[in-house]
Amino acid sequence: MKLLFDRIDEPGLNTLPVYERRGGYQSLRKALDMTPEEVTSQLMDSGIRGRGGAGFPTGRKISFLPHGDMDKYLVCNADESEPGTFKDRELMQKNPHMLIEGIMIAAYAAGTSRTFIYIRGEYALQADILEAAIAEAEAAGYIGERILGSEHSASLVLHRGAGAYICGEETGLLDSLEGKRGNPRLKPPFPAIEGLYHGPTLINNVETLATVPAIIRMGGEEYAKLGTETSTGTKLVSISGDVQRPGNYEIELGIPAREIIYGLGGGPLEGREIKFWFPGGSSSPVLTRDDLDISFDYDSLAKAGSMLGTASIIIVDDSHTVLEVALKVAKFYAHESCGKCVPCREGTNWTVKMLQRIESGEATPMDLDIMASVQEQIIGNCLCVLGDAMAMPIGSMVEKFRSELEAEIEAARERADGAELEDVVPIGVADEHAGPFPVH
Amino acid sequence: MSATGSRRPVPRFGHGSRVPGWDDAVDLTKPPATIPDPALTPVPPGLKETIEAAMAKYPDRRSAAIPALHAAQEVYGWCSPEAIDQVASVMELTPAYLTSVATFYDMFSTVPKPRNDVYVCTNISCSLLGADEFFEAMLAAAEGDPDVDVRSFECLGACDIAPMASVNGEYVGPLDLADAERIVEDLRTGGPVLEHKQLRYRRSADPGVAEEETDFGPPDRDETPMSDTAGLGPEGDAEDRPGPTAAIEMTTEQLADHPEPEKATDEGEHPAGQAPGDGDEGSPRATEEGR
Repeated sequence: MKLLFDRIDEPGLNTLPVYERRGGYQSLRKALDMTPEEVTSQLMDSGIRGRGGAGFPTGRKISFLPHGDMDKYLVCNADESEPGTFKDRELMQKNPHMLIEGIMIAAYAAGTSRTFIYIRGEYALQADILEAAIAEAEAAGYIGERILGSEHSASLVLHRGAGAYICGEETGLLDSLEGKRGNPRLKPPFPAIEGLYHGPTLINNVETLATVPAIIRMGGEEYAKLGTETSTGTKLVSISGDVQRPGNYEIELGIPAREIIYGLGGGPLEGREIKFWFPGGSSSPVLTRDDLDISFDYDSLAKAGSMLGTASIIIVDDSHTVLEVALKVAKFYAHESCGKCVPCREGTNWTVKMLQRIESGEATPMDLDIMASVQEQIIGNCLCVLGDAMAMPIGSMVEKFRSELEAEIEAARERADGAELEDVVPIGVADEHAGPFPVH
Repeated sequence: MSATGSRRPVPRFGHGSRVPGWDDAVDLTKPPATIPDPALTPVPPGLKETIEAAMAKYPDRRSAAIPALHAAQEVYGWCSPEAIDQVASVMELTPAYLTSVATFYDMFSTVPKPRNDVYVCTNISCSLLGADEFFEAMLAAAEGDPDVDVRSFECLGACDIAPMASVNGEYVGPLDLADAERIVEDLRTGGPVLEHKQLRYRRSADPGVAEEETDFGPPDRDETPMSDTAGLGPEGDAEDRPGPTAAIEMTTEQLADHPEPEKATDEGEHPAGQAPGDGDEGSPRATEEGR
């Protein structure tokens, strides 16, 4: 069943005439004939959960917005920066009107008159395509004053970011959209109560909003028949890394992970074997070969100690060491930490340093315990989950591949045995550039 | 403020701060900069209008800070103190405020940089497939070229074409080591960069996209089977490839002129969103790519 990727390679689908010929904007018409409450209850019935990572039920999120005559906002989070994730990019590039239609329906349900798409600055092509599509939709009366003759009005502004992972975090995104540095805010108040410009704000991922037209067209109950009971519907899965056919695939939630990785992705490269895999982007705890038969949905992955996240599967095969991947992951979060909360700012940097100690042969197996405890001290102790996003995968790698890391520590110590003691820079004493990690 | 690895060494501090000048003593004799006087700050007319148009789109003018800095960087090549002063005078903000914004985001540069940006993704999926080696090759290829700025960048959201790079915003991949030279060459000649590897022409990997019907309403035309449109290999004639903007250039008027673009002639054989040279869909990728 393809809802989001239905004939997505059709030429010209990014233009209004083709989208309309395929029945585009009929869901918006249908929604405008209902009351906003009816639209919200359709979304609740559908059981759809946020596709951006947290998996919060979308219908409930809309219902949290206060009623009444105030400035309310809707922001579409298109700052897709989670390593391994590229589903929204393909959706926006090939079917921008589906997203616009979804935004307009959600804006009607939530009673917001100003809507924004925050797209990451690197997505230049996708932003150009969206801008052209917004202009077409405005000219056709799908965006603007009194949409399609109804009482509902809504504007839509495309906002380009400028390269910062943290702006995908919802409150960091709001600060960035307000023209500030993208630092996350203290919650509560949650954005639904006090968000953009201090007004109630609904924030949803691209894929979530792009699914809304299909839900309205099918009816919420019909949509809920897809997938599993608690993970309804279809989901875009991005597969990348050491796999034969990387790409985006639309699946029904609840199919076995093996079917996605081997059936769709073609399995590992020739002569290699899967060592471990991230089920939901680089922020999700890793799973191993033994977990391949797991059902791919929100709850089964949570039960296995990981998470669906953005459903971005990254395959790592046996030609790579755990250390090498852990260092990449840790360096990324250390670089992207905004520096506001101490556990994240310090924890990510110290994790990088500890991993580098393993590499340079200065570590002892005790360091693995310290590293694991650092991860535990990050989780839950910051304003946002960026630190947790490093702590969870690193913690899981230390736990699941402890013997390999211990062997690596021994091997590196033997390699470094000949090195002069003076050459070793003590940890914490930085040179004049004082970078937490070497600059190329 | 910048990517993990860069040719321009960016001062980063042990505690991870992105604030530049942390170590510099503050000159207490100097009053803090206020909003620059518009009368004393000439702004190029195009830039001024762009910033004012951006401010008009938001309930709060400060929201236009990022679009305005993008526009200024476009004009000056980097966020120079003069550029920031000009933006500040139009937006009625202090230069300090705008500097705080400009230093936070990876795409803004507060030091002079070459005209062409090559961002090489060195994050996890790309590095598993040899991105670090490609980054080294790219640095070597651009060595001594004053117009090319090569930076390693965090995940650019295109792991399906790993290892990949963004060349002046154009996504290209999967790359092999020889592509580094070609990118530099294409930038020198000013033509489209690695056109046969551009992401904009790539078809969806999902084999089901063209086959299953949903109740979108019946298609009023024959679906062109994927295998027939899979197109030329990379060695195909460049003339047959769509222009770089084919994906966004199909306007309403053009569609009205060609109501059935799928029946187009040879020129139309690579409709928007489809990759020339992507005929190997479904077949395993070269396993040693870029290693």
